Amino acid sequence: MALNVSKNDLASGAMFIAFGAYFVLESTRYEFGTPFRMGPGFMPVVLGAVLVALGLAVAAKGFGKPDDEAPAPWPWRGIALVLGTIVFFAATIRGLGFIPVVLISGFATAMSSTRNSILQALVIAVGLCVLCYAIFVFGLGMLVPMFGPWLNFAGA
Amino acid sequence: MDLLSSLSLGFSVALDPSNILYCFLGVLLGTLVGVLPGIGPTATIAMLLPITFSLNAETALIMLAGIYYGAQYGGSTTAILINLPGESSAAVTAIDGYQMARKGRAGPALAAAALGSFFAGTVATFLLAAFAPPLARAALNFGAPEYFSLIVLGLLVSIALAHGSILKALAMIVLGLLLGMVGQDIYTGTPRFTFGLRELFGGLNFVAVAVGIFGIAEILRNLENEREREVGVKEVKNLWLTREDFRRIIAPVLRGTGIGSILGVLPGGGHILSSFASYSAEKRLSKHPEEFGKGAIEGVAGPESANNAAAQTSFIPLMTLGIPAHPVMALMIGAFILQGITPGPNVINEQPALFWGIIASMWIGNLLLVILNLPLVGLWVKMLSIPYRMLFPAIVLFACIGTFSINQNIYDIYAIAFFGIMGYLLIRFGCEPAPLLLGFVLGPLLEEHLRRAMIISRGDPMIFIERPISATLLALALAAVILAVLPSIRKKRDEVFVEED
Repeated sequence: MALNVSKNDLASGAMFIAFGAYFVLESTRYEFGTPFRMGPGFMPVVLGAVLVALGLAVAAKGFGKPDDEAPAPWPWRGIALVLGTIVFFAATIRGLGFIPVVLISGFATAMSSTRNSILQALVIAVGLCVLCYAIFVFGLGMLVPMFGPWLNFAGA
Repeated sequence: MDLLSSLSLGFSVALDPSNILYCFLGVLLGTLVGVLPGIGPTATIAMLLPITFSLNAETALIMLAGIYYGAQYGGSTTAILINLPGESSAAVTAIDGYQMARKGRAGPALAAAALGSFFAGTVATFLLAAFAPPLARAALNFGAPEYFSLIVLGLLVSIALAHGSILKALAMIVLGLLLGMVGQDIYTGTPRFTFGLRELFGGLNFVAVAVGIFGIAEILRNLENEREREVGVKEVKNLWLTREDFRRIIAPVLRGTGIGSILGVLPGGGHILSSFASYSAEKRLSKHPEEFGKGAIEGVAGPESANNAAAQTSFIPLMTLGIPAHPVMALMIGAFILQGITPGPNVINEQPALFWGIIASMWIGNLLLVILNLPLVGLWVKMLSIPYRMLFPAIVLFACIGTFSINQNIYDIYAIAFFGIMGYLLIRFGCEPAPLLLGFVLGPLLEEHLRRAMIISRGDPMIFIERPISATLLALALAAVILAVLPSIRKKRDEVFVEED
């Protein structure tokens, strides 16, 4: 490690500063009010400023104290596939319908583990599809089209 | 209403066949998630919140409570059998429990844990029944300043009890408070931080935040280093305790119950702290301290009783004040609100059947857990061999479908992804996620009571110090922070938590 700092402290401090700054900047657009009658902007401005200060303190404490252990490898494949699946699910559940979305999502998340082969992932996807259908649609009466409007050209 | 007639009302609710069934389902699911790796009670309860929406209020809350204390039992099973605490509070159990299992005494270890937990659960349930009503009556006199101070106290004590950096925990709370402010302002209706999206006017979905931070972030964390677990103990024999074992566990169970009942009321992971406190107490009081760490049955019975007692008494602040002691209780608030009930001192008077029904069901649930865990332990051992790579796709899908089914709002699902990655980064950088969720739930309450108190006092902040109850609560909060940062206590605190690793 070239620098004598805790990368974890710097990174988390930076995240706190970024979030705090966003909340402060955004809430300056709302009415601040007075302590007697606080406006919608009062608490976010104060708390956002506190968060920025805490972020600075966290980052400052990281100097001179490098992390004890080397960071774990980034699970890029997992991050991309798991988050991608969630976004895909949100974007298509209305259009494609329950069954295609659950099948594709199940397959994609299963593939984010390096230990699943394509065949195993397929089996997991089909199994999950049946399970989710049984629990949510059959068991709980969730109202969602099985095949969404985007696929309607094929059927009715 | 006196205690006995209240309890009989409670039991008449809890013994309703469908309530018993859901209580059973709850503890079964709880044990399951306690045993399975990579999914804790917080994520499970968050995912199941939408499912319970269709049940009536008593049944839903009985089931959710069952998941919570069921997970405490399940977590100790994995701690003993494979040295992997399924739940953080079972970390201490793993120290001596696993050593007992390696010596072929897994059966007695499991039995000591289950019996200790059952006893502690029973006592704590009665404590809850005895202390909740007077506390709720006292809380009825609380005004906005008192509530504000109480929330501040709750948040700050949760830092003092959490492990890791205090600065980071503070920052996580403030971040949580800010996230809780997304949505329309309660007084003026101004939409805040909504990016102009109408779907965000009602605020960030609570389930989405919880599932993202506790479910998805945990999955990403596990994908860093994939490895399969080894199940060392394939069969568990000899579940019964010898007379000698019985004699050795009586005192630790009693002490553990006492420690747990008191610490459980404190906000922020009282059940984790209580198991550590009980373990160190037993080690200090034991005539054979050298046996600890090598399979002392006292080291299993004490902490297990303590964490189960704490799990029950942590319902006290929730049911009397509407203030959650830790993330799972924060989710219970969500469950109350989904059912159209505002948790707080009024529940006991307006919904006596609900209040006493939940309390009575805890005792029944504890009984069910002993039955589930001891004879069926073989089944749980088999569960341990389910590979994680088959489990986590199910978690991801359940999270998405469950969250979607609450409001049919796709922005809630985008929120899962956002909080998943945010939670993962923060956890990776050494921040505890629990304070963030507490802050998120308490943020709107904090702001509301602060603004109301300031209107009452016409803008004079001295109101918080002039009112005696409020001043006491704030003084306690200050004391908690000072204690937490004092160097000598810090050192002790680090020592206590070091044993977890």
